[in-house]
Amino acid sequence: MAGLGGGLAAFGRCTHAVVRALPESLCRQALRSVAGPEVDLARAEREHQLYVGVLRGKLGLQVLELPADESLPDCVFVEDVAVVCEETALLTRPGAPSRRKEVEAMKRVLESLNLNIVEMVDENATLDGGDVLFTGREFFVGLSKRTNQRGAEILADTFKDYAVSTVPVHDSLHLKSFCSMAGPNLIAIGSSEAAQKALKTMQQMSDHRYDKLTVPDDAAANCIYLNIPSKGHVLLHRAPEEYPESAKVFEKLKDHMLIPIANTELEKVDGSLTCCSVFINKASEL
Amino acid sequence: MTTEVGSETEVKKDSEQLGPDKAKDKPEEASETPGDQKSRETSSGEAQDSSVPAPTNQSSPSSQKKEKSSPESKGISRFLPPWLKKQKSYTLAEPKDEPKKKATGEEQVVEESESQALEGVAQPRKSLEEATENRQNAKAGDREKHSISSAEIQPSKEDGKETEVEEVAEKKEEKQEEKRETKEVQTAEIKIDNIPQKSPKKIKTVQCKVMLLDGTEYSCDLEKRARGQVLFDKVCEHLNLLEKDYFGLLFYENSEQKNWLDSSKEIKRQIRSLPWIFTFNVKFYPPDPSQLTEDITRYFLCLQLRQDIVSGRLPCSFVTHALLGSYTLQAELGDHDPEEHSSDYISEFQFAPNQTQEMEEKVAELHKTHRGLTPAQADSQFLENAKRLSMYGVDLHHAKDSEGVDIMLGVCANGLLIYKDRLRINRFAWPKILKISYKRSNFYIKVRPAELEQFESTIGFKLPNHRAAKRLWKVCVEHHTFFRLLSPEQPPKAKFLTLGSKFRYSGRTQAQTRQASNLIDRPAPYFERTSSKRVSRSLDGAPMGISDQSLVRDFSATGGQAAGDKIIDLEAAGRAKLKEGGREEDESPLKTPQLEFTQDGKISSLRVDGENIYVRHSNLMLEDLDKTQDDLLKHQASISELKRNFMESTPEPRPNEWEKRRITPLSLQTQGSSHETLDIVEEKKQAEFGIEETLVVDETNKGKMQVATDAGETCKVEHVSKKDSSSLPSDSSSSSSSSESEDEEVGEYHPHHRAIEEVIREEQEDEEDMKRKEHEENTQHVEAIPEGSKPVPVEHTQVTVEDLVHENTITVATEEKNLSEQIKQDVGEEKEEEQLKLNGDVSHVDIDVAPQLICCSEPPVVKTEMVTISDATQRTEISTKEIPIVQTETKTITYESSQLDGNAVGDTGVLVSAQTITSESISTTTTTHITKMVKGGVSETRIEKRIVITGDADIDHDEALAQAIKEAKEQHPDMSVTRVVVHKETELAEEDED
Repeated sequence: MAGLGGGLAAFGRCTHAVVRALPESLCRQALRSVAGPEVDLARAEREHQLYVGVLRGKLGLQVLELPADESLPDCVFVEDVAVVCEETALLTRPGAPSRRKEVEAMKRVLESLNLNIVEMVDENATLDGGDVLFTGREFFVGLSKRTNQRGAEILADTFKDYAVSTVPVHDSLHLKSFCSMAGPNLIAIGSSEAAQKALKTMQQMSDHRYDKLTVPDDAAANCIYLNIPSKGHVLLHRAPEEYPESAKVFEKLKDHMLIPIANTELEKVDGSLTCCSVFINKASEL
Repeated sequence: MTTEVGSETEVKKDSEQLGPDKAKDKPEEASETPGDQKSRETSSGEAQDSSVPAPTNQSSPSSQKKEKSSPESKGISRFLPPWLKKQKSYTLAEPKDEPKKKATGEEQVVEESESQALEGVAQPRKSLEEATENRQNAKAGDREKHSISSAEIQPSKEDGKETEVEEVAEKKEEKQEEKRETKEVQTAEIKIDNIPQKSPKKIKTVQCKVMLLDGTEYSCDLEKRARGQVLFDKVCEHLNLLEKDYFGLLFYENSEQKNWLDSSKEIKRQIRSLPWIFTFNVKFYPPDPSQLTEDITRYFLCLQLRQDIVSGRLPCSFVTHALLGSYTLQAELGDHDPEEHSSDYISEFQFAPNQTQEMEEKVAELHKTHRGLTPAQADSQFLENAKRLSMYGVDLHHAKDSEGVDIMLGVCANGLLIYKDRLRINRFAWPKILKISYKRSNFYIKVRPAELEQFESTIGFKLPNHRAAKRLWKVCVEHHTFFRLLSPEQPPKAKFLTLGSKFRYSGRTQAQTRQASNLIDRPAPYFERTSSKRVSRSLDGAPMGISDQSLVRDFSATGGQAAGDKIIDLEAAGRAKLKEGGREEDESPLKTPQLEFTQDGKISSLRVDGENIYVRHSNLMLEDLDKTQDDLLKHQASISELKRNFMESTPEPRPNEWEKRRITPLSLQTQGSSHETLDIVEEKKQAEFGIEETLVVDETNKGKMQVATDAGETCKVEHVSKKDSSSLPSDSSSSSSSSESEDEEVGEYHPHHRAIEEVIREEQEDEEDMKRKEHEENTQHVEAIPEGSKPVPVEHTQVTVEDLVHENTITVATEEKNLSEQIKQDVGEEKEEEQLKLNGDVSHVDIDVAPQLICCSEPPVVKTEMVTISDATQRTEISTKEIPIVQTETKTITYESSQLDGNAVGDTGVLVSAQTITSESISTTTTTHITKMVKGGVSETRIEKRIVITGDADIDHDEALAQAIKEAKEQHPDMSVTRVVVHKETELAEEDED
């Protein structure tokens, strides 16, 4: 039995991934924090297919792909609507009202996986999964425009085993816009002042000592760490073409199987690597 | 319980009773036989602090009245703390005129109450707080309270008087030891007086109950005055537990307020009127239970955690509840047996606060997967999972932040956690915390400056009441010591101006207990794992006994009255005893009272008034009263000690509302109180009091000024000694008493005074901290940024009314050799304060001397002459104008090593840290100011010591000077003495006489 996530050894283990196809409405209607060039849908789809292909083909995960919903331009970013830890899934109440309906499809698929489902029904609560950093030992929840204190409290009530600390996020969309886990006990962190400040906060709040991997680009600090039984440490990170300097940093991780993935189009609408998937570890499946 | 307690009390009484009133006692004794209810009542009331009710009073009503009526007794009694009074009663046998008579008359009562007296003290203490403002009134009030308000102690009243009660309790605890000793002494005396009567002493016992972790109850008989350790050892022996340092005994004041029984102190004084019912619990949750040596230890930890989980104290997710429950089943039932374990076998167990069918099914399912695990293995697995829970080992306390928002403070192995609702909003690891303190219901932590920040910050929290604040503080002190230090730290000594609680964790640290358990060499003991069924049902943290609140209430009520009565009787008590008590221990508070008495003969009632003042401000000189001057000198604290006790002398640069109270060094705080006192005094127009407080106040200024100066670390040590025989003792006594009162309100603890080596390195949070620590040791207080202004040391010497006359100030500046130029010449400026005698009122003048500024606030008549011998360019002559009555001659002599450049002033370096330490003994006040600066890449540490020796001609000033210099050298072998300033002030008249 892997009680309490089985500790660090089990961190990053997963059997399933939930993803969602991108709707055409994404190009024009997806929320974005900064106006900029339009998303090239075709290219975005290619990149996304590559992403899904890596999860399914290269890593052997069971990928559950939800169909796109044109009325939900941001629906590809499934991470924001569910936080799954061990056998419990918290369906969030996204901070952007236009995204609240994204939860429904996610709920169905998670139920099909027989997870314990907790729904955030409090109308005063908002929480985007992109603000939730689970380190394997504890949660950090970014308090951003999308996530509020009440949302964090509900998360804490849902995952009682773990400490839940709050981290103010000001300059970026989500907490994970500039950080993520790059390994057990290893936090990838961007170099911006805001990112470094957030890291300090997290270090102060934690009883644990995390290693940090500082990369020059905040966006590149968002990567996906998985622990796949047959592959060991796997790290999906932004491609060298996008962030060459940051890629060099990742390449120093000797123990990791590195998989560069481009995400140039979705990045235009604030999408990052972790945004596009929810990982589930179904112990019973083993 | 009540009965039992009563019997104990009685026993004590008997043993303690001196003789004169035996007749009265005897009847009581007779009643002592367990069956006798009368005796019970009386004894119980008396025995228990607050719970002695009418019976005692009845026995000695006339006596009480007498005391009250007689003015003298009143006067004395007023000043005496309640407990002292008790002591007095003992002493009565000794030669005391009127008090004696009265005492003798009342001895019975007193004696009876003696045992109670300790407890009874609590009530008087309550009044102590109030007394601070108005002592006389307060004391008088105390009496009244005692007699009138036995009920105060009761929970219901606590709200209103929480503070007082808390204080009382604290005082009791802290003073227990001392009191004991004192008592013993007294008994000896008594014996002399009443040899025939005293001879056979019976040891009376009390039955106490301990709720064990497995839900069973352990009962044993304890000697009434047994310390906590005795009971704890018995329990551990009963449990066959060797690794016992992780555990402790709790007693509950009510269902919510639990207190750890201090093993180093008498039980009776801690629980007061509460029933002798305890709960055996885990006190320090080992972060890694796998490092425990014995399975039996892990088993008890498991039991504790199961309680924690079921009660909801340790929140778990559904899955974790199920998993932990399954391990519990495996440990207690063994492998799952489909035949034996029917479908509902699980529902007999409780695994979670809200247990559902679904959960039980999950538990059963998981139980099957544990096949083959031995009970010990199952326990280990249980612990491996439980230890990862975020609230594992976190002791939560309700509080409000500075904005009044409800939060929780969680004390754990790693530090202090701050929660709002369920979210962790901040965390202070032990290495980040420089100081932990509480005052009244406020709890403060001073934390290291964050990166790029220059100043430490002090964070205050508001707790529901004073008791809660103290409890939290103690828990913090204990956790820090247990988990972070290699060995416990010695309780602060009274002689260093520490105010407040002397409490320190006295048990073994985790490091020590691990070491000890490595030596455990016995076959794994057999023990039976009891079923969780039993445990789960009843247990919820609250001990059974407590549930019966009415019982408790009764106790307290009765006790209160009894205590009051006793107090009254006590007034006349003996003084010799007090003295002895003084020697015994470092725990100054107890001693204090004694000291006062000693002086009584010489001191007039007016003097007494003065005491109140002292009480407020300082703990100065609590000890050492009996010691000779030489002893005193020897006692001078080593710098390290000073540091330890005094990181607080310097005021924070910009204190905010919270910080004002807290941040200020103890001395400052003391000052505050002293000021209050002073005001009061003025209002009342009370005549005499030697005022040491001024010194403290000055210190503040000094600290700032020096920092401003420039040098890196400056230590000023001031010693003020008063030679007035009368004044000295009185001062000390008063000060000690003050400390007592302070105990209640204030407690401070510096997690980092200890040498770096002592801290367990592995557990350090970050390297930065370590590096800093080294600095920290010396630098606890960042005072102010040097402004390039000239350093102006300010000294205030206060002269006691009667005759203080001789004052020697020795300033020794020590500098690291590599800093040649840092010394300020300005330092030489000294301020002198003259004490004025006005109509019997002594007013002290605080003079802050800026380099060239002299303020004299009081009516001038004193002639002061200052002679400066030095090359220092900047020398300001300070002439004080007239101060009535006292004529003074002042000489200042400065020796400075030639190499030093006096112009360091203009040279501003970067101030790294500054610290001021003050210690005082009877005749000397030592202020050490340490400043650390970085100047042009060179780190410079400057230590300036200011020693003020006050006394009459008996003091060999030269010797004292030599001694001071010698000590300075010894303490800092790698430093060089760069400058010595001797400032001598003499009262002319006196000198003439000499």
